[in-house]
Amino acid sequence: MIASATFDPILRTEHLGRTVKDKVLIQDVNFEVHAGEVLAIVGPSGSGKSSLLRLLNRLDEPTSGTVYVEGKDYRQIPPRVLRRKLGLVNQRPYLFPGTVAQNLQFGPQQHGECLSQESIEKLLGCVGLKGYASRDVANLSGGEAQRVSVARTLANSPLVLLLDEPTSALDDTSKLEVESSIQNVVHDQGLTCVLVTHDTAQAARLATRALLLEGGRIVRVGPINEVLHA
Amino acid sequence: MLRFFFNNQLYLGLAQAFVAALAAISVVLLARKRGIHLESETLIAMVRGLVQIVAVGSVLLLLLRSPRWTGGFLLAGMIVAAGATSARRAKGMAGAFRVSAWSIALGAGSIIALMTWLGVIDTAITSLVPVGSMLIANAMNTNGLALNRFRSDVLAHTGEIETALALGAEAKNSVSPYLQASFEASLIPAIDSLRSLGIVWIPGLMAGMLLSGARPVYAAIYQFVVLAMIFAASGLTSLVSTLLIRDRIFTAAQQLSLQPGR
Repeated sequence: MIASATFDPILRTEHLGRTVKDKVLIQDVNFEVHAGEVLAIVGPSGSGKSSLLRLLNRLDEPTSGTVYVEGKDYRQIPPRVLRRKLGLVNQRPYLFPGTVAQNLQFGPQQHGECLSQESIEKLLGCVGLKGYASRDVANLSGGEAQRVSVARTLANSPLVLLLDEPTSALDDTSKLEVESSIQNVVHDQGLTCVLVTHDTAQAARLATRALLLEGGRIVRVGPINEVLHA
Repeated sequence: MLRFFFNNQLYLGLAQAFVAALAAISVVLLARKRGIHLESETLIAMVRGLVQIVAVGSVLLLLLRSPRWTGGFLLAGMIVAAGATSARRAKGMAGAFRVSAWSIALGAGSIIALMTWLGVIDTAITSLVPVGSMLIANAMNTNGLALNRFRSDVLAHTGEIETALALGAEAKNSVSPYLQASFEASLIPAIDSLRSLGIVWIPGLMAGMLLSGARPVYAAIYQFVVLAMIFAASGLTSLVSTLLIRDRIFTAAQQLSLQPGR
């Protein structure tokens, strides 16, 4: 029993696919993500990386196959519960008007929970933004906004963190700040993470395994160095 | 000036229509210079409007002499036509016609029924149909504005909406700011009409009442009554249509189906 709980994948896709108006976005994708690992999904623009992440968060519906979360078909999990378990951080932060604290409160409030001031500060500490709780999000830099977005997703205590090109819209300095926050969260807290990036250097810095996607299909999957340098 | 050239009322009317249409076409051409293309939509709307009103005008006397019970059928027909017209403002939104028709029926229809029952609208077909049609037409405009604004707002904010969904928000909560903005924006014309009554405009109905012998004060008060009914009908229509359309832009798995380019 113990061995099974330890080695069973936390996330597994089975023949996952999505076709829209005869256009194949994702086709027959099979992979596993184990607890505590960081899987990078890499590939050229238009290869289906973001489409795959949207399927994992069930923002889009698969037209074939499915995803298993802790061994359970995710179509049997209520979408709102599933989305809290598989927390998604978008390329753009899309912060809601108001303060940083209000943004962090948003997720827990959706299921009737109230985040304590202490929890808010702890989450902000994880992304290097201690003392930012009362700031208006309109006055944040791009990098700060993205780090608030990461903290906002973490406020839901996700099982897996899904990161969709979290630094692609940022300058180099902000990019390193966000990367450092992700490293802090993922490595220090042992959070399972699926990272979509077109930046192979970033994938090498953050991930342990990689999956190369081309034309919506998996070309290679394995240890990061093997996939990136094959 | 036109009266100088035309003695025959029919020819005068056609000349007046031509001049008015020319003014409208000039505006369309000015808009075209700024890259705004309304040519075909405006031309079709003008031709349709003219043909429809001439067709109704030719049988209006007959209609107004019909028995009282036919008024309900006429108004029901108007509601269906209004639903089809305003649904065009909600391209890409599934079930826009049903939503529009039901909303106008519930919004304008219920206010007409209630006000007729209370004696605010006379049951005579000569009163019920013109006043009812005013309520339906305004409800149609409000519904079109609400759906159009909601559609634009959702398409412009898919990122924010999907972020809210990804954080575990209920579908209805993820669009509530846009729903509220659409409702408020759709009622601007009705509120402004009430606000400017008697100062910016004097409705044609008042002039008609005065000419048919009503006391000026009663005619004036009744204008307020009509505008208040228009506001109630429009507001109720907008409230119902935004609520109904909200549920139609999400799938059963709470995925946003109204997306740019889909």
